[in-house]
Amino acid sequence: MNRSSMWEAVSGIIKRDLLLAMRRRSDAAMSVFFLVIVASLFPLGVGPEPAVLRTIGPGVLWVAALLACLLSLSRVFTADYVDGALEQMVLVPQPLAVLVAGKVFAHWLISGLPVVLLSPLLGLQFGLDGDPLGVLALSLLLGTPTLSMIGAIGAALVLGVRGSGLLVALLVLPLYVPVLIFGAGAVTGSMAGVGGEANLSLLGASLVLSLFLAPWATAAAIRIALE
Amino acid sequence: MLQAVGLSCRRGERRLFSDLNVKVEPGTLLAVVGENGSGKTSLLRIFSSLLPPEEGSVLWDGQDIHQLKELYAGQLTYLGHLNGIKDDLTPLENLMSATSLAGEPCSNNGAKEALEAIGLKRPIHHLPSKVLSQGQKRRVTLARLWLSTRPLWLLDEPFTSLDAASTSVVTQRLLAHVQRGGLAVLVTHQEVALPAERLQHLRLAG
Repeated sequence: MNRSSMWEAVSGIIKRDLLLAMRRRSDAAMSVFFLVIVASLFPLGVGPEPAVLRTIGPGVLWVAALLACLLSLSRVFTADYVDGALEQMVLVPQPLAVLVAGKVFAHWLISGLPVVLLSPLLGLQFGLDGDPLGVLALSLLLGTPTLSMIGAIGAALVLGVRGSGLLVALLVLPLYVPVLIFGAGAVTGSMAGVGGEANLSLLGASLVLSLFLAPWATAAAIRIALE
Repeated sequence: MLQAVGLSCRRGERRLFSDLNVKVEPGTLLAVVGENGSGKTSLLRIFSSLLPPEEGSVLWDGQDIHQLKELYAGQLTYLGHLNGIKDDLTPLENLMSATSLAGEPCSNNGAKEALEAIGLKRPIHHLPSKVLSQGQKRRVTLARLWLSTRPLWLLDEPFTSLDAASTSVVTQRLLAHVQRGGLAVLVTHQEVALPAERLQHLRLAG
């Protein structure tokens, strides 16, 4: 096994998934619209009091981003599982974990990156400005790939199970808690003037840890699902 | 050489087969036949290393395939009963992404020639696969055989939903493969029109 053929297989899988997303833009757009709508419902429901909105803003935006990620999780492996493409992925001369990392990266590009890019705009709705807006985007940039990585484990574990959408939420949401706390904490910290560096470092550490461990766990779950 | 030693397989409560021994020499094709539910597909999945056998082992050139792992995957082309075709991609894109994933990337022209070899004409190459018929989708999958240089082919009911002309084209391709010294294991309900000295049957009792 040489490195160039591994790269070719991974980039092939990323390209294919992006091409599929381009052909079905509505799927990808759905989780982004979900985020926008959920984030817009809160100011309408809670009332336009700027102080209240500023207090709940970071938490609400992070929870909305997390739910939007959850919504798109079922798409990561299900289609490939149903049509047999996942079998082909397992039977290639490359380590499955590396291909899985490629697929999760594609998933993040499709459903995580738009969330990061939109977040400053949504932050404005909650009266965030200046530094906290930047910290919000940065915390989501570090946090959403972690959400995709952890979510992929759950998505692979429930392959072939009925009612898997709800099950994956139950499996994965508790694991999202630390990311949520660090992410919202970073923004709140920067609003309070103590800076978000500590929480951002923790988010970075979670990202590194999940990049290192999640692909192997996901690959093992896929092998079990295909037996 | 592919060899199964004392294989047994159980799905749930049911024992499908036990103490199965079979050897596939280079240049021959093993046709696995038997009733529905007799374990043909399970056997093929055991051969492909997707499914670990309950007992026994599968040897490739004398080495256990579960120890060879990716090295074994580099020897094999496995086409299951699912096509692995994406409805939103064209046949050409499907074929090229499948081969590049398998580690045998092909050029645009190579893929077009393979599709034509199995009887899919050029206008079809650029349609979304969802408009294709079942047989045409099957042919898109089977076109990989024209691009595969792997010695071992594992095919699960390749002739399903193919017309007579395509069946004979695929059979010709199988013959060329075994004549070059390749091996193939085929799960099938149909007679495979290959010379008797190249063909071996395995009947699963069920």
